[in-house]
Amino acid sequence: MDIHEYQAKEILAGYGVKIAEGGLAYSPEDAVLRAREVGGNVWAVKAQIHSGARGKAGGVKICFTLDEVEAAAEAMLGKRMVTHQTGPAGKVCSRLYIEAGTDIAKELYFSFLVDRSHERIVMVGSAQGGMEIEDLAENNPDAIKKIYIDPAVGLLDFQAREMAFALGLDATQISHAVRLISGCYRAMRELDANMLEINPLVVTKGGELITLDAKMGFDDNALFRRQKIAELRDKTQEDPREMAAADRGLSYVGLDGDIGCMINGAGLAMATMDMIKLAGGEPANFLDVGGGASPERTEKAFRLVLADEGVKAMLVNIFAGINRCDWIAEGVVQAVRKIDMKIPLIVRLSGTNVEEGRKIIADSGLPIITATTLAEAAEKAVQARNEQVAKEGAA
Amino acid sequence: MAILINKETRMIVQGFTGKIGSFHAQDMINYGSNVVGGITPGKGGQTHLGRPVFNTVKESVEQAGAEASIIFVPPAFAADSIMEAADAGIKYCVAITDGIPTQDMMKVKQYLRKFPLEERMVLTGPNCAGTISPGKSMLGIMPGHIYKEGVVGIVGRSGTLGYEAADQLKELGIGISTSVGIGGDPINGSSHRDILEKFEQDDETKVVIMIGEIGGPQEVEAGVYFSQQMSKPLVAYIAGLTAPKGRRMGHAGAIISSVGEGAAEKVEMLLDLGVTIAPTPSAMGETVAKVLAKL
Repeated sequence: MDIHEYQAKEILAGYGVKIAEGGLAYSPEDAVLRAREVGGNVWAVKAQIHSGARGKAGGVKICFTLDEVEAAAEAMLGKRMVTHQTGPAGKVCSRLYIEAGTDIAKELYFSFLVDRSHERIVMVGSAQGGMEIEDLAENNPDAIKKIYIDPAVGLLDFQAREMAFALGLDATQISHAVRLISGCYRAMRELDANMLEINPLVVTKGGELITLDAKMGFDDNALFRRQKIAELRDKTQEDPREMAAADRGLSYVGLDGDIGCMINGAGLAMATMDMIKLAGGEPANFLDVGGGASPERTEKAFRLVLADEGVKAMLVNIFAGINRCDWIAEGVVQAVRKIDMKIPLIVRLSGTNVEEGRKIIADSGLPIITATTLAEAAEKAVQARNEQVAKEGAA
Repeated sequence: MAILINKETRMIVQGFTGKIGSFHAQDMINYGSNVVGGITPGKGGQTHLGRPVFNTVKESVEQAGAEASIIFVPPAFAADSIMEAADAGIKYCVAITDGIPTQDMMKVKQYLRKFPLEERMVLTGPNCAGTISPGKSMLGIMPGHIYKEGVVGIVGRSGTLGYEAADQLKELGIGISTSVGIGGDPINGSSHRDILEKFEQDDETKVVIMIGEIGGPQEVEAGVYFSQQMSKPLVAYIAGLTAPKGRRMGHAGAIISSVGEGAAEKVEMLLDLGVTIAPTPSAMGETVAKVLAKL
């Protein structure tokens, strides 16, 4: 789960990390008020969306008058911003963070991440901040310092010092940097974050270290024990279909294609989508209905897939293990009878009691296209989709 | 031979008397697995499914000679159960539980490392379907009847995609020595490579198929091991060609977060390492058959 910049900053401030002064605004009037409270004569108006690279999408504006603050807020609020991290649909900005301008002498990069190959938290830093770490890793990998944290003992002071020196800080800034690094590490551990990124971390002309942008992401599997973090979820930043699916205990990811999918198991779901692509189609979604595909669950899954109006054909691929195919077939038939389906449905069943399952589909009298193998299912789905598109075009 | 489990392996079930634990324990018993009891703290001394219940894993090791364990404990307590098994001297543990926090798994891995290698418990999972040595024993939740006994080793992240592979092989008359699910989480007990090392040592296994997916470095690490140290042929399929960057595809670990973690990139790297690629998920069986025919 991701949170907004202002939320991450509030959390970090609670761990003793110095952040630039600022406040939250929901309207242009709010924005002006916040700017007045913050004081000074330079402000940054920052769109709060769950994405990095907001600057390029018009989501960060430096303002020198209150009128400019108001105009910038007006321009950003309600706007759908598209960055390379949001996908083509973009994300709507409904909150702003108004921040005091900072006299930047130097921009640094700093983060904590979960490193899968080392199975540890890794601390990453670079004296070259501001740009994205992936670009830096590609163009100048030597400029990146990585320090791995032993989960048994946690972050040690000498490691924080080593990082501070690697960031090119001078002797007077080291103890401040160590406090900041330790605070970030405690936030990461105590709140079950899986990423915490400060980019840029700036050194001001006065020599102070300030967190200018902050991003935190949290382990979904740990939210059950982090109630306060779970409450920070901003549903406006998430795909409404994905949210609806999650509420029903289904795992759904919306994509750009037009062949809807319902599959049991994440791996088989990805594999089925691969087959659709290889057969010349594009999947509209990833949907794992899980192990126990009961008739109720099946119906919910159908409704979810069909809620996407762009879907031209739907493919169901179930490998029944502990479940039985006859039981799943009953669920599919029930769902189709209840829902008035206007697009072709392709069903492929495999595994336990497959013959009985196929018989139920065949005997139902419903116009369901059946397939035996994965390849056949994908080919038939693409063919049915093409015929549907042609039919709709003609009508 | 098979790997990890055999007909004689004495197994316990952690989370024995719960609904899910009971269901799958009965299935394992029906398959012929040597289930010697189970653990439910507070219910020690009772009998469940005709087997003794113990309060602690240690008691099951001392009193029933338990060697292997399967975990059905809920996510909040699963890491603790895994460490309890390791401490009690269990040799092999399968964690079925889906949803264990990442930092808990880091702790588990660190805890396991404190044991000397020869005494260290092997862990597979979490978030997996378990392990089966067809015709011998099952420590998992898979439908046992779709697996035919034979010479192909399977290691994979996904449950149902592993079933698909076993089914395709069975259709072609090809059987399996052992099938191991390593699970879909970002930090897991054993990697693809760890399991390949075991198949390499196993006399019965002639060919291995690795079923991977997007996210993380483990498939390519396994490919490097294959190219440098493995004598047996390796077939691989990587799922997730259509997965967009930065989106989690069901499994906690199935997310492309950096360069080299996409399906097409992994396939390219594995090809360079000499691994035989099953070009589509429906070609897993026939690709293995072709490799077997050349032996």
